[in-house]
This record gives sequence, structure tokens and C-alpha cells, in this order.
Amino acid sequence: MTSALIEARGLVKHYGDFVAVDDISFDIREGECFGVLGPNGAGKTTTIRMITATSPVTAGNLRVAGLDVAEEPRKVKAVLGVVPQDDNLDPDLLVRQNLEVYARYFGLSRDEVRQRIDEALELFQLDDRATSNVDDLSGGMQRRLTIARALVNNPQVLILDEPTTGLDPQARHLVWQQLRLLKSRGVTMLLTTHYMEEATHLCDRLVIMHRGKILVEGRPHDLIAEVAGPQVLELRLPSPERDALLAEFPQGDGFSVEQVEDLTYVFGGGPASAMAAERVGDPHRAHLRPGNMEDVFLLLTGRGLLD
Amino acid sequence: MTAFALTPDVSFGAYRVWQRNRDATLRNWKTEFLGIAIEPFAIILALGLALGQFVELDSGEKYVEFLAPGLLALFPMFAATFECAWGSYVRLEMQGTYESIIATPISVDDVITGEILWGTTRALVNGSYILLVSFILNPWLHMVDSPWAILAVPVGVLPGLLFSSISICFASIARAMSHFAYFFNLVINPLFWFGGAFFPFDAMPRWVQILGWFMPLKHVVDIYRGLITGNLEWSMLGSLAWLAVVTVFFYVLAVKLMRRRLIH
Ligand SMILES: Nc1ncnc2c1ncn2[C@@H]1O[C@H](COP(=O)(O)OP(=O)(O)OP(=O)(O)O)[C@@H](O)[C@H]1O
Ligand SMILES: [Mg+2]
Repeated sequence: MTSALIEARGLVKHYGDFVAVDDISFDIREGECFGVLGPNGAGKTTTIRMITATSPVTAGNLRVAGLDVAEEPRKVKAVLGVVPQDDNLDPDLLVRQNLEVYARYFGLSRDEVRQRIDEALELFQLDDRATSNVDDLSGGMQRRLTIARALVNNPQVLILDEPTTGLDPQARHLVWQQLRLLKSRGVTMLLTTHYMEEATHLCDRLVIMHRGKILVEGRPHDLIAEVAGPQVLELRLPSPERDALLAEFPQGDGFSVEQVEDLTYVFGGGPASAMAAERVGDPHRAHLRPGNMEDVFLLLTGRGLLD
Repeated sequence: MTAFALTPDVSFGAYRVWQRNRDATLRNWKTEFLGIAIEPFAIILALGLALGQFVELDSGEKYVEFLAPGLLALFPMFAATFECAWGSYVRLEMQGTYESIIATPISVDDVITGEILWGTTRALVNGSYILLVSFILNPWLHMVDSPWAILAVPVGVLPGLLFSSISICFASIARAMSHFAYFFNLVINPLFWFGGAFFPFDAMPRWVQILGWFMPLKHVVDIYRGLITGNLEWSMLGSLAWLAVVTVFFYVLAVKLMRRRLIH
């Protein structure tokens, strides 16, 4: 007996000889928001395409709402709402028509979904654009319409592939607010993103993927505490000065130092970090701040460009 | 394994796709309507009457009478081709429409079938209208000799499906809009000129006649000619069967090619 809505075991995806997803396993439970982070090319979209039964699984086991994705693709797709990485709204149809026609793909009649569509348009602040051309909407509005579209079939799981990429801060915050509202209503979500703040804010649990593999899984704040530590000291000092400062740190105390160009990060320095920051006394040259998801991400996946 | 099965996996979803295309077209019905409304008059006047003045046929019939079955075959072919080559490519590649649809309970095969049914619908509307215009102009031009001509409408389903399927095959392998120049020049143009619409095949050299047998349009024109003149022949059933076989072939090919394009 499991309450996992999405259950992946040993999931593998090959494109020819290339291994895009390499033996990953995870559970997404009812009501939670599950995040998938990872650099470009990590395999996030590929994983989503397998879950949404649009890309065949090479190996492993993948069940959605108890259904095998390979055996019952139509039933699986019926219980999912998908927001793809690239908007693919129907430019030949008006805003409201986009939702009505999409509902029809699920076998739902216009009458059945009238109220749901009204609500979705209102929730996503599109009710006054119902008869607009899709191409006349701003990027943020198009994204919101895509999310609204993914809700017309009242899905058991909402799957969002980079829902806020390319949006300005206002539009992004609006989307976050709406996703939080959906979450509070109990909608289960799978979310990929390159915004660490978004993942920390919205996700109950997340995984970080890299080259097709899952590196870690956990709750955002647990991961931050475990991997980055509660506080991070950033130093921008000439090396002799920096070395002198680091020599003051109690040896063998489990702190780690990472040098990136002219910037030095000290993780897990404890009280010594605070003292060092105080000694330098200039926040531009020594800055003590809380650890965050970005630290976790960069520590685990490295800092070089991967694509 | 239904998503990636060997035989077409078609459901009622195909009709949903058809409805989507209908709704998208009706949104712009005014522009669509104008083109459709004027075209046959222009063609009949230009080709039939103007050009016809310079053409003398052995059979003694007027050129515009000879031309009628050809027009009835050609212009629906264009309608289906336009819809399922250019139109489908735009939906496939530029608009991501197929991708958005297959994320719903609708299969790739449903999408392709719906597209082909829509192309066929366009061909039928176009063909019915040309027939109607021919009837209207009949007191002056005598293009239609027999009430059997009305059967050209249901028979038109077959070439509608066929040319839609051929076009989808091409859309599924095209990588750029410019590739359609090949399709037009290598497929549609020869069909247009050598399909038996503009000149009688009997007068042609033997090799052209043999070539013509492989041209789907020739069989369509032959059937329509029989229906319009009222000279029904058994060979028309042969043409019908030929068309049916080729249609099934290209339909299955269209589904397979589009699966290869969309599922990876
Ligand atoms: N159809 C395909 N054929 C071949 N390789 C592919 C295909 N689709 C994706 N890939 C490759 O698989 C890898 C994973 O791609 P994927 O789109 O899943 O990454 P992603 O994590 O979503 O990246 P991004 O953050 O850029 O969206 C990439 O190296 C990509 O080039
Ligand atoms: Mg992606």
C-alpha cells in the first residue's frame, strides 16, 4: 500500500547511445510539491516526457496513479495536467477557446467545464482577455494561460516544466502566488526550475539531477543545512590576507573552502566565520550570509558550464 | 503498449482533432470563404472558356466540358494538400500544436487521423462547391450531362483521404518550410499536369499512358468523367479499388512516419 501518485523505479532513458536518464528512482506523494533541479541537459524534461507518456521508457518501472505508463498511456495522460517547458498554446484559437478545445481533448464538454474555465481565467487574471488572440498576450499571460489550460481536466498531478523561466519578477511572483494557492487546495505538483529561490519556496521535497542521475533528495531546508551549512562566509581578499584569515579557523573542524575566481566560500565555519567577518569589518570583502539552495546546487553539480 | 503499437491506435480523439481544425478555420471563415467562393468561377472562365477557344478535341466536345471532371478532381486535391502539407507542418513544427495535443489522452495516431479527416473535409467542401457551380452554369456551359455526377461527392472521400495522407507523409519528413518546394515540384506539379485533367490520355504516347496509370489523379478523373458524362464503365470500379489500396498504404505510412517524428 503506497500513497505515491508517481512512482519511478530504476528509470532509464536512452537516445541512441546517449544516456539521458540513468537509473533514477523517486516517489511523489499525494498533496506534495516535488521539485526537480539540475543544470541544462540534466534530464529533467526527459523524465517529465516519460511521466506524461509522450516518450517511451527505455527501462525501469514508472507508475502514475497506480497505472503503468507504458500500458495505459491514455489513462495516465487523463489524470495529468502538463505545463511544457516551451509554451504551445494554440494561436489559431482565442484565449477562452484554447481552454475549451483543450478540455474537449479530454472528452469534456463545454458545459461540463464552463465553471472551471471561468474560475481558471479569474484565478490567473485573464478573465478580461478571454476573447483576445493568444499572440497578443504578454509572455507572463501566456504562461498563466498555459497553467490554466493544464488545470481544465482537474488533474491529480500538475506537472510544471520551468513554469517561470523568461518571466519578469512581477510575473514570476504572481505565478508563485497562484501555485501556492493551488498547493493549499491540495494539488500535487511536480516542478522543475532553474530558480533556486522558487524551489526553496514551493517544494516540499526535491531532487537534484546531474547527467541523468539523482545526486540528492530531501527537503530544501534539510539539504541546505546538510550540504551548505547554516552560514556561508564569502571572502573577496588577496590571497595572503585570505590565507592569514583562514589560518585562524580551528583545524579539523569540518569546514570546507571553495575558491571561485576571486571569490572564496567558506562552508561550515561555525563561530569562526562570524569572527572572521567581524575582523575584516567590510561586507564587500567578507560577507557572512545564510546558506541557500544555490550553494547546495553549485556544490553538488560543480561550477563549470555543463552544456 | 498501446502508445507505440504497430497498428494504428485510433479513438474518438481523432474527431476532437477534427473539431479543433474546424473551430480554427471557422474563426477566419470570411477570408476562407471568399477564396473558396470565387475560385471555381475564375478557373472555369479562364481555363474553360478563354483557353477553350483555342482547343479543339477529337471527340468534338467543348473544352470546358472535357475539363469539368479534371477541375472536380484537381481543386479538392489542392485543398487537401494545402491543409495537410503546409497546414500540418505549421501545426507540427512552428506552433507545437501536435505536441500539446498528445499530452492529453489523444494519441499521435488520433492526431494524424484527425488531420487527414479534416483535409478530406476541406476537399469535400471544395469539390461539392465546384459541382454546385457546374450545375448552376450548366444551362450555358453543359458541363454536367448526367445526374450520376452527384456521386462524385461521396466518391471524393477517397482522393481526399489519399492526398491528405500523402501530404502528411511529406510534412512528417520536411525539416524546413522551404522543403515544400520539392513536394510541390516533384509531386503536386506532375500530378497537376499529367493527371489527365487537361488533355485526353488516349491521344498520348504509350509511355505517358503507362505513367498515367500510376498517377492517382488519373483514376479520380476517370471516375468523375464517367459519372459526369453518364458513361459508366466497369473500369471505374477498378480505379476505385486502385485508389482504396493506395489510400490505405499512404494512411498507414503517414501514421508511421509521424510517430517517428513525434515519439522519441
Ligand atoms: N529527442 C532527443 N534526442 C536526442 N537527445 C535528446 C533528445 N531530447 C533530449 N536529448 C538530450 O538529453 C539530455 C537531457 O535533455 P533534457 O531536455 O531532459 O534536459 P533538461 O534537464 O530538461 O535541460 P534544460 O534545463 O536545458 O531544460 C540533453 O543532453 C539533450 O541534448
Ligand atoms: Mg528541460
